[in-house]
Amino acid sequence: MKNLLLLTHLSTLVSFLKPSVACLRTALPLLGPLLGTLLMAPNMTVAAVHQVHPGDSIQAAVKAAVAGDEIVVYPGTYKETVYIDKDDITLRGVIVEGEWPNLEGSKQLNDAILYSGNGFSVEWFKITNYKGNAIMGQAGNNFSIRNNWIIDTGVYGIFPEFGENGLIENNVLSGIEDAAIYVGMCDHVDVRNNRVFDNVAGIEIENTRHALVEGNIAHNNTGGILVFITPGLPIKTSYDAIIRRNTIINNNTPNFAIPGSLVSTIPAGTGMIVLAGDDVVIEDNIISGNNTAGIIVTSQDFATEVAGDPESDPNPDRVQIRDNVMYDNGNDPVMDVKALMLTQFSTRGPDILAYKAAADAERGSCVSQKTAYRTYGLDDWQDCERVTVRAADAVASATAPPSTSRAVLSKMLAEPATPRVITVDANGAELVYQGICAGCHTRNVRMIGPPVLAIQAQYGTDAQALADYIAAPTKKRPDFPSMPPQDHLSEAMRLEVARYMLSLSR
Amino acid sequence: MQLPTRLLRVVGLALSAASLCQLATLASDQTQPLTLTSFSERTAYTFTLSAHCPPALRLDAEGLCRLSSPYQRYGSLYNQGVGGLKTGLPRVRDGFTPEQIDLGRYLFFDPILSGNNRIACSSCHDPALGFSDGKQQSVGAAGTRLQRSAPSLWNVAFFNKLLWDGSKRSLEEQMLGPLYAPQEMASSPLGLIDKLSNNAHYPALFAQAFADATVTLDRIYRALVAFESSLISLNSRYDWYAHGVHSALTDNELAGLNVFRSFVARCAECHTPPLFSNQQIAVIGVPETAGKPLDPGAQAATGDASQRGGFRVPSLRNAVLTAPYMHAGNFSTLRETVAFYTGGRGHAVPQGEDLKLHWHIWEPQLSDKELDRLVDFLGALTDQAFMPEIPARLPSGLSPGRALRSEQDPDGKYSYLATEDPRRLHNDNTHEAQP
Repeated sequence: MKNLLLLTHLSTLVSFLKPSVACLRTALPLLGPLLGTLLMAPNMTVAAVHQVHPGDSIQAAVKAAVAGDEIVVYPGTYKETVYIDKDDITLRGVIVEGEWPNLEGSKQLNDAILYSGNGFSVEWFKITNYKGNAIMGQAGNNFSIRNNWIIDTGVYGIFPEFGENGLIENNVLSGIEDAAIYVGMCDHVDVRNNRVFDNVAGIEIENTRHALVEGNIAHNNTGGILVFITPGLPIKTSYDAIIRRNTIINNNTPNFAIPGSLVSTIPAGTGMIVLAGDDVVIEDNIISGNNTAGIIVTSQDFATEVAGDPESDPNPDRVQIRDNVMYDNGNDPVMDVKALMLTQFSTRGPDILAYKAAADAERGSCVSQKTAYRTYGLDDWQDCERVTVRAADAVASATAPPSTSRAVLSKMLAEPATPRVITVDANGAELVYQGICAGCHTRNVRMIGPPVLAIQAQYGTDAQALADYIAAPTKKRPDFPSMPPQDHLSEAMRLEVARYMLSLSR
Repeated sequence: MQLPTRLLRVVGLALSAASLCQLATLASDQTQPLTLTSFSERTAYTFTLSAHCPPALRLDAEGLCRLSSPYQRYGSLYNQGVGGLKTGLPRVRDGFTPEQIDLGRYLFFDPILSGNNRIACSSCHDPALGFSDGKQQSVGAAGTRLQRSAPSLWNVAFFNKLLWDGSKRSLEEQMLGPLYAPQEMASSPLGLIDKLSNNAHYPALFAQAFADATVTLDRIYRALVAFESSLISLNSRYDWYAHGVHSALTDNELAGLNVFRSFVARCAECHTPPLFSNQQIAVIGVPETAGKPLDPGAQAATGDASQRGGFRVPSLRNAVLTAPYMHAGNFSTLRETVAFYTGGRGHAVPQGEDLKLHWHIWEPQLSDKELDRLVDFLGALTDQAFMPEIPARLPSGLSPGRALRSEQDPDGKYSYLATEDPRRLHNDNTHEAQP
């Protein structure tokens, strides 16, 4: 245990050598004892580097890694599902003369990468032919997903769920049968500079708050960019999304979604759709060549094949559509939209369509320079204040007028979200005792193991002796079964737990 | 050699089930009320309520039992208690005194709570069967078969929607149904107060748990909620894995976890950790058992036709113990249950029904191997470490209500063993909680 710790510290010193130093951990035991003492500064953690070459398993490297480590994967084909249930792990692909490390699912494997740990980063991977997802997160905070090239990985490409504070940047995704980038039930996420094409949905922000979707190119999908409140999910709201400076063009691909999925209801030819999302700012985008409509804003009854949810607000409130360049939309609208437009004596679809309850004045939505666009349902919308950008504003967006979103540079948190950890202190020890020990040792009642009072009588105040016993128990009492070793707890935590048990009074 | 008590208890359970296999006849007329007078002389025993919290809970400075779990160190978005491995729990119902919890334990097991003194809460929520009863549909005090199965009570402290249709928002609200429904326990508010007030022991126990000896409905409900809320199961091998003990799961279980949370099987999308339920209503289109019409589920409660056939997503913790599965025992094994999800979207929806099936019901084409691994993983969610003691004696003098095992009652006809039957399961796995 101690050796590993020393090596971890040491590796920071030589981290600039990373690519050329294979198997740092095996090379270091000789130096460890010498340098370790010099390097034992507090808070010095990070980074062993685990190298993975073709024929190796990425998962094996994850198994060997501890928080702070980096796993470097060299070009080649890797057919596996990699799951990361540890904090602060980085997966980094190395590209050599255009050859990528390729996670390949052969349409047999479910997901390429599943993570639940906090502080997870993944970059520079090509991911192809999975059935479920390329990269799926379940509750990991502070994630970073960058520079990946993802082709036909099934239902979603990149899908962080239940995460707080994350970055999705510079990825290229195509051939996904639902949303290529799907931010589901998250908070504080930036989605920047990605390219998404030939998917059913390009980018979907769903039941998520505080999202910035900026500078992406969404083309040739069924629908380009979506902001949804989907009913029936445990996190009920979606608000505060900025959709800005994206290029959303030619999203006319016939819908090939799985029947029953919500996106299967998206009409081909949709540039953007806001379904029930609140406080969405759509600003400075280029939206063109989408054959049904440039932007659709609608309530949940747009999708009729979904069970209702009385706890979910079906209406889109306070949507702002500001200063988008929109042209050449609506050339061949789907039948329902064509029927709507016929009431305005047009057969072309609109640039902007406010549909069902989204058209009501009480929604508080606004649009700037409304008359510049062909619209439907915007009669009761207010005018957003229109602000001309001058050169000075363009170079220093912090000085842009506050009525636009232009001064907002990111929706990510200034400080990382609280990592989800059990602290090594008396509080953490109490939880470990209650969660693990108390199943066998209650304070004063005989259960599977002896009561804590009996343990206190034996050990008195000698917490270290009890901690040692916890790590490697031997059978002491003939009338009780053997205790399993608790060496999965760190040495420091074992001592805290021992102290806690010896001081337990009620 | 003296075996540990808890081991004895487990062995006892197995033995009692076996010994009762031969039980051929049950009391013939279950509808007749049992009179309490014959027990009125059994007053020599003195009941004392425990001053200690059950092991999942910890006494706080105000003398109330509060949950203490490693999960409390983790956050969750908007404290909804849904996410992945290291994710906080939904809001818990706690803050009862040890005495209220212990009074609730006596009430929970005591058939005096039913109109004819024949069944207790525990008759359908039997601790030996994962706090369910092993039946497709539960059977009431008078032998009436009900519409749905008895949901497990493990971790009910975390649920904000109760009953299969999710229509009740608190345990207090929920329990009014089974207590007073004529086809269930068939009690009455006045009858309850009358019986408990005139009992030789209960007023004194109420005085230990509350300010005085008055038996009120609110106190009865509060004690039952207190006990039910103490049934915490968060210490399975899965939980150890979630907290970072990566050796806690076998390779097969781990493979199962990865199928479970994959976006192909999508189990975790609704059975979301850490509770293994997202507490939402979902329409999934389960086939009814032969001859039963489609259960409208949440539609009947809300009137919303789009929720037809919708049910509250149940937790999967201790699922191994609670067969058969779904709202009316529609599947007898976990393997059958997981296979349903790969049978095709809407494959069992009756003709003419237009159900708004959940979008996660699709065609994942899971292999047999993957289904096996899912079942393996579900086994790692089993944890009964904090099993409460079944009282050896009840203040009423009646025997604790217990569910019949299927081998004792293959037709699922009876709700309980006749209390007076000499072959009755008696004190099989019980002992007094030590003071």
